[in-house]
Amino acid sequence: MFGKKRVAIVGAGLTLFRRRMKETGKELSYEAAKMALDAAGMEQRDIKSVVMGTAPDAFDGVHMKGEYLADGAGAYRKPYTRVFVGGGTGVFTPLAGWWHVASGQFDSCLVVAEEKMSSCYPHPQYAFTTIFDPILERPIGMNLIWIFALEMHRYMHKHGIKKEDIARVSVKNKGNAMDHPCAQIPAKITVEDVLNSEIMAWPVQRLDVSPTSDGAGALVLVSEDVAKEVTDNPVWIDGVGWCIDSTTWTNRDLYYPDYVECAARMAYKMAGIKNPPKEIDVAEPYDPFDYKELHHMEGLLLCKKGEAPKLTAEGVTQRDGDLPINPSGGLLGVGNPIAAAGLMKVCEIFWQLRGEAGKRQIPGDPRTGLAQAWGDLMQYGSVIVLRR
Amino acid sequence: MSEKIKRYSGEALDSADIKEGRVPTEKFSPKVKFAWSAGIAIGRFLEELKNGRIIASTCSKCGRIMVPPRTYCENCFKPTDGWRYVKDTGTINTYSISYLAADASRLKEPILVAIVDLDGASEGMGIIHRLGEVNPKQVKFGMKVKAVWKPKEERVGAITDIKYFKPLKEEKP
Repeated sequence: MFGKKRVAIVGAGLTLFRRRMKETGKELSYEAAKMALDAAGMEQRDIKSVVMGTAPDAFDGVHMKGEYLADGAGAYRKPYTRVFVGGGTGVFTPLAGWWHVASGQFDSCLVVAEEKMSSCYPHPQYAFTTIFDPILERPIGMNLIWIFALEMHRYMHKHGIKKEDIARVSVKNKGNAMDHPCAQIPAKITVEDVLNSEIMAWPVQRLDVSPTSDGAGALVLVSEDVAKEVTDNPVWIDGVGWCIDSTTWTNRDLYYPDYVECAARMAYKMAGIKNPPKEIDVAEPYDPFDYKELHHMEGLLLCKKGEAPKLTAEGVTQRDGDLPINPSGGLLGVGNPIAAAGLMKVCEIFWQLRGEAGKRQIPGDPRTGLAQAWGDLMQYGSVIVLRR
Repeated sequence: MSEKIKRYSGEALDSADIKEGRVPTEKFSPKVKFAWSAGIAIGRFLEELKNGRIIASTCSKCGRIMVPPRTYCENCFKPTDGWRYVKDTGTINTYSISYLAADASRLKEPILVAIVDLDGASEGMGIIHRLGEVNPKQVKFGMKVKAVWKPKEERVGAITDIKYFKPLKEEKP
């Protein structure tokens, strides 16, 4: 009988996140990978397989980006795979690493996620126009921000949510990022600052949005046997889930991410989680826009539909609240080098569960945490549940 | 991140570092173009737009009337087995007032964009299009709208054969 092997995370690494870095994508990948290996007390020659996550090739203008980055990711002459599910990539990459080890085929997997968006100019947003349907959508003059504006507006309309209810997420996350040494745009701001910021595509304003960034992150995944050799405090991957909905996104009610719920249910079932709000101690849902944190809290079943703004207003999602959400500072504060940003969330849960998050450490000795990413045309959810 | 790590790698650059040649860089502009076949289902859809009509495909198993049309039902994973015209009127499902062009440059006059659920299609079957002949402040959720077509001789079989959707004046009973 085939049985899944337990998989542990034993090391994490992260570079600075910045709008534009001097390092190439390969160099950034190397820095993150080496840091994760050092943290695990392992060397590249100990690693049996490598998984790389990186999002659209159009940012780099290199249309074999996985291969291009391989050396920097420590994959030289090893089994290697590049995965890509849009914005969902950062959390999907450790999921792909998980099955390398859980299958029993490899006793270790180095997981690296990299993004260098700055090479594309005048603005990487223009590269995003190529995600839209070429026949029916691009001729309308689509801008990436539109789909978020349409989804955010629908979510607000359905539940009667006000802009200020959503702005609190941006205030919280940019504030949390003040304690993150890699953060690109940490800031102490107010709800009024968000509401007074430039209108991009109503209801989306400047401070509702995460930046474009360069950066990389990495994790070392190992089997139970290897984990026992290299560390006294492994963090276990106890739940994995992923799900995709249709690219025909205009045929769906955007007020709720069903595909995120589907991915979450898969991960919870595997982890034996029956009551997510009670059993999850800390979560890093994907927050490229402030409303997405709320949207995803609901999709992850961490609260009822339409209830996330209320929990945010009550302080429940602060670091010292009952359900800390995005203690890292999230994409809104730390930055959004797409694939690396999702992996940053998994790094954060790893550090939180090990009590190594420094000034960002949440109180209460957390044991179970979750990270989630989202992407493509409002259609992809990836979820990971970690326990120590 | 981890408090155990004392130094994080990375050296930030300013855009001027590139523009003014303070760091070595190389540039490239791809000269490549694309021409897509619209395919079977959307090809038919575009031909009908040229005639001033909107066509849907139907699935006899789940009963959905689907716009944009498709040759297969993704839900039942079987071929669609019918075509049906739907109306060129519909309801605003959600909308945005955009000051951003496709290349992220700023617009003085905003673009109004909406998902319009079309009358005669199954519930929630929307298409994305622009709105026109309406003050941005007057756009509402649930507002009834109607397609404004290009003159017949200007239609080419493209989604832009519909110029935009405009508010539909409710007819008095």
